[in-house]
Amino acid sequence: MAITVKVLNRPVEEVSYVRATLSGLANTFRHLVDPHKVTTQYPEETEALSKRWRGTHRMLTTEDGKAKCVGCGLCPTVCPANCIKLVPGEDEQGNRFPLVFEIDEFRCIFCGYCQEVCPEEAIHLGRHYENAEFTRDGFVYDLERLTAQTHPVCELWDPADPAGE
Amino acid sequence: MTPIAENPTAFAIASAIKVLVFFGVYLVTVALLTLAERKVSAWIQDRHGPNRAGLGGLLQPVADGLKNFMKEEVSPAAGNHIIFTLAPAISFCTAMVSWAVIPFAAPFPTPWGVVDVSIANLPVGFVFTLAIASLGVYGITLAGWSSNNKYSLLGGLRSSAQMISYEISMGLSIIPVLLLTGNVTMDGIVKDQALGGWNILNLSVAFLTFMISAFAETNRLPFDLPEAESELVAGYHTEYSSMKFSMFFIAEFANMLTASGMMATLFLGGWDIPFTTWDNTGDPSVLKTVLTLLSFVFKAGFFLFFYMWIRWTLPRFRYDQLMSLGWRFLLPLSLGYIVLVASVMLALQSAGIGRGVVQTGVLFGINVAVLVAVFVFFDRGRLVGETTGRLSAGELRHVRLRDRAAESRLARAHAEQGKED
Repeated sequence: MAITVKVLNRPVEEVSYVRATLSGLANTFRHLVDPHKVTTQYPEETEALSKRWRGTHRMLTTEDGKAKCVGCGLCPTVCPANCIKLVPGEDEQGNRFPLVFEIDEFRCIFCGYCQEVCPEEAIHLGRHYENAEFTRDGFVYDLERLTAQTHPVCELWDPADPAGE
Repeated sequence: MTPIAENPTAFAIASAIKVLVFFGVYLVTVALLTLAERKVSAWIQDRHGPNRAGLGGLLQPVADGLKNFMKEEVSPAAGNHIIFTLAPAISFCTAMVSWAVIPFAAPFPTPWGVVDVSIANLPVGFVFTLAIASLGVYGITLAGWSSNNKYSLLGGLRSSAQMISYEISMGLSIIPVLLLTGNVTMDGIVKDQALGGWNILNLSVAFLTFMISAFAETNRLPFDLPEAESELVAGYHTEYSSMKFSMFFIAEFANMLTASGMMATLFLGGWDIPFTTWDNTGDPSVLKTVLTLLSFVFKAGFFLFFYMWIRWTLPRFRYDQLMSLGWRFLLPLSLGYIVLVASVMLALQSAGIGRGVVQTGVLFGINVAVLVAVFVFFDRGRLVGETTGRLSAGELRHVRLRDRAAESRLARAHAEQGKED
């Protein structure tokens, strides 16, 4: 059984190879000499990120340089990927703080729930994507690393302004 | 001044130097062509192309070469190892050898005599190129066969069919040039064009058929069926890796370079500088050599660019379109053109008109008429074959009736056999 190929039944007078080739050559030549190129020359130029871009995390700090985190345990609870490890501690005044706070960025799915759930607005996702490391261990960010990050943070989606304008 | 061939020692030394210099330049040009190809493709696609290695990407071919040397070389366990190794070498060498007969510039004066600026000014000139070009098919076919891979074999078979088909129209499209020149040496063809007008005007139709055949001979798009990435993985070089693959790649670009040089020599007057006879007459001088060399580089460079331009414009032909273009269009056209040119030349000669403006004018007029006929009349769905091998309603009915008859005959035969058993 032969395979039926669907073809356009154009009138023979309209079918052309030479004219089509010439117009194609003209078209490619226009692009060839067009100085506008679409490539972003990456390391030198970068494209602007969305305000709601969800990249690797950042822990905000108080004025005296300590992490804002109070070790409430909401973020490891809400985390769907189970990538946050939190051991809370308490000092003599009863102030809670994280003894251990680690995020495994390889397990993280960058949903942003931790940022949404945080009562202290401590943990944030960052507007950042240059995360190369030489080892897998490098992707487990501890508290020191999280507070040391300086890149801008993700803005939460505002239901009153869904388009973010 | 005397030709250097009269002094055997000087001739040997000059030839050795020429071989080294010309092939050195050839290989460097081929390397740069790989970069040029990527740059042109990028620009046509609104990209920048490789621009990281060296100034504007100039060192990219070096990086590519290093990468290819470092890569692991794999050869198929069930393949024929000897031929598998030999095939890229065949491709590579045949691609390079035909470079030897192209004259690049006006003769170069030295204290020991005048040196031709071509490696060998062979008396058989163009015939040598045809012979070597037809050897190139062995490299590709053997590569496809020895890989023991179905796709490679298909690529190899396609290439042999394609190259043999287009060799014929290539050879035939060159006969008008030989008729006009009365000489097969490349040097003679160049000198004749300098006096009697470039062959692109005298023989535009032959130029066209030669160019199309040259595209097919070098396996470049739109005739890259042996490679056909989307159908045959990479065709004949699917199984090749490392430097062996690279040699096929170099061979492709080397063929392109040679074909461009041939087109420039046969049809664009070779190293001739237009609108002046200063470069063809009088004593040879270094300035003449340099300027004519530039003229040749410019002409060949245009064809190289044209190769790339075409490649990034046209889609690949289907196999039957390729065959029908070769056998049903180019072959009759170039055959008919030989007869036409021969009779026109006979008529002009009996009228006492030799090489010159009148002859060029008459031939050019005839060319324009033929080209108009071809591109206006034939370019209505007849030039490149139909988009499919469609049958008309009548043909279809005929084929079906025939098939049905054959089926019933077969069924009867089976039934009779069953009775006998």
